[in-house]
Amino acid sequence: MKKLINAPETVLDDALAGIAVAHQELTVDAENKVIARAGGTRPGKVALISGGGSGHEPLHGGFVGLGMLDAACPGEVFTSPVPGQMLAAAQAVDGGAGVLFIVKNYTGDVLNFQMAAELAGEEGRTVETVLVDDDVAVQDSTYTAGRRGTGATVFVEKIAGALAEQGADLATVAEMGKRVNAASRSFAVALTACTTPASGKPGFDLPEDEMEVGVGIHGEPGRRREKLRPAKEIVATALEAILADQPLAGGDETIVMVNGLGGTPLIELYVVFKEVAAVLADQGVVVARNLVGNYVTSLDMAGVSITVCKADADMLSLWDAPVNTPALRWGV
Amino acid sequence: MDTDLARTWVQAIAAAVDQHKDHLTQLDSAIGDADHGINMHRGFSAAAKVLAGSEPDTVGAVLVKAGTTLISSVGGASGPLYGSAFRAIGKALEVPTADSQQFAAALAAGLESVQKLGAAEPGDKTMVDAYAPAVAAFQLRVDSGGDFAAAAGAAADAAEEGMRATTPMQARKGRASYLGARSIGHQDPGATSTALIFRALAQTLEAR
Repeated sequence: MKKLINAPETVLDDALAGIAVAHQELTVDAENKVIARAGGTRPGKVALISGGGSGHEPLHGGFVGLGMLDAACPGEVFTSPVPGQMLAAAQAVDGGAGVLFIVKNYTGDVLNFQMAAELAGEEGRTVETVLVDDDVAVQDSTYTAGRRGTGATVFVEKIAGALAEQGADLATVAEMGKRVNAASRSFAVALTACTTPASGKPGFDLPEDEMEVGVGIHGEPGRRREKLRPAKEIVATALEAILADQPLAGGDETIVMVNGLGGTPLIELYVVFKEVAAVLADQGVVVARNLVGNYVTSLDMAGVSITVCKADADMLSLWDAPVNTPALRWGV
Repeated sequence: MDTDLARTWVQAIAAAVDQHKDHLTQLDSAIGDADHGINMHRGFSAAAKVLAGSEPDTVGAVLVKAGTTLISSVGGASGPLYGSAFRAIGKALEVPTADSQQFAAALAAGLESVQKLGAAEPGDKTMVDAYAPAVAAFQLRVDSGGDFAAAAGAAADAAEEGMRATTPMQARKGRASYLGARSIGHQDPGATSTALIFRALAQTLEAR
């Protein structure tokens, strides 16, 4: 598999250096691997920190800026960051009002953020954590590590970030983050596996006429494999899973994200969005806001994830609040 | 076991992981995310390097340092899990030289810390499936009068048997659990790296 890299070992360092040059409104701590807002945190504002394995760009570094994150901690490709990164981030952006960790529910991320929270606590910092676990493809039971965190992370970071920007306290911001997560569900389908720079080979073999249904964002295989079908039928499968878990009634307002996994052209994402909008319209569900594009990717995987958040008026108003980050920008 | 031997053990793990890193990654790509070999290699190389430049007073200090390095360099779930295990083993061995009985208790403390952090039980298809039988086998051999090397050999055999036994299991913890029944038929990468760690211990003690 061809890659535009210098060497597999330097991908993260090189990309961070590129981010530093491209986005002068951000500051990149190359040593600790932390991307933060250049201006620091306004005193009294709750600081939002997220992080996770690299390979999901623009998540999380692309969401650092006004109205979203204060700092992001990228790990190696598909590997959670280490506790020292989150501690360094907390030290850099804690504005005295406490720190909110936004963590996707994967064993590695959970453990490393948990250790970081303990270390930050020992320094006298107040840390709250919002765990994102929106992927309905994984059964949430005692027999799994629980649902994965995927697309809803963008919603949590945007909405909680807007609330923090307005000056809400840590408990209130954390509560809103949890509410957004609880109101959101995602489902993904992959048409190809992705290839990590280190392995150079696709994570799994997928025949030309098949798709992986209920796939995650780390190149891990999904729950089942099926023959490829038209976009309309794929969307029906995804929404059926989402709505079975979170029923919506006529008149309910939603924020919907049709997210490319890295290797799918935007034109196909719009095809998918057309089908999503049609199914929801049939049920009288209002798509009040939407995002169509590549926001939570899985390197070069072709495929799509669909995230639906049942949004109340507070969430919609916070969604509309100004945001100025490399990957989301409006109202500024 | 003295401080030199503890250091040699960590170096032997680093060498074993280096040799088997492609195999670990290959196992992980079947039911995980294809980075276990790379992550373990990064962590144990760093630990061996840190130890090469230090002269700790106790066996425990060597292993705590190794554990701390793993936590700060591996990432993923294996960083905190192996890091905590080595830190817990080390904390139980604050002596210049540890006998086999002390080492058995320390291994058990390491297992306890892994299970506390990861909440995995035997049968969940994780490193615990190799680690738990290794601890039991080590203790059993010590109790029946075996020397340190014999106990370590028994632990390594038990870890490898436990590792092979993960193949027919359905994963209930970690990323492989997302696969449900599709995780059956694949050997667990975490149990495999744990078996490497116990085999490295046995070889270190045999070579003494």
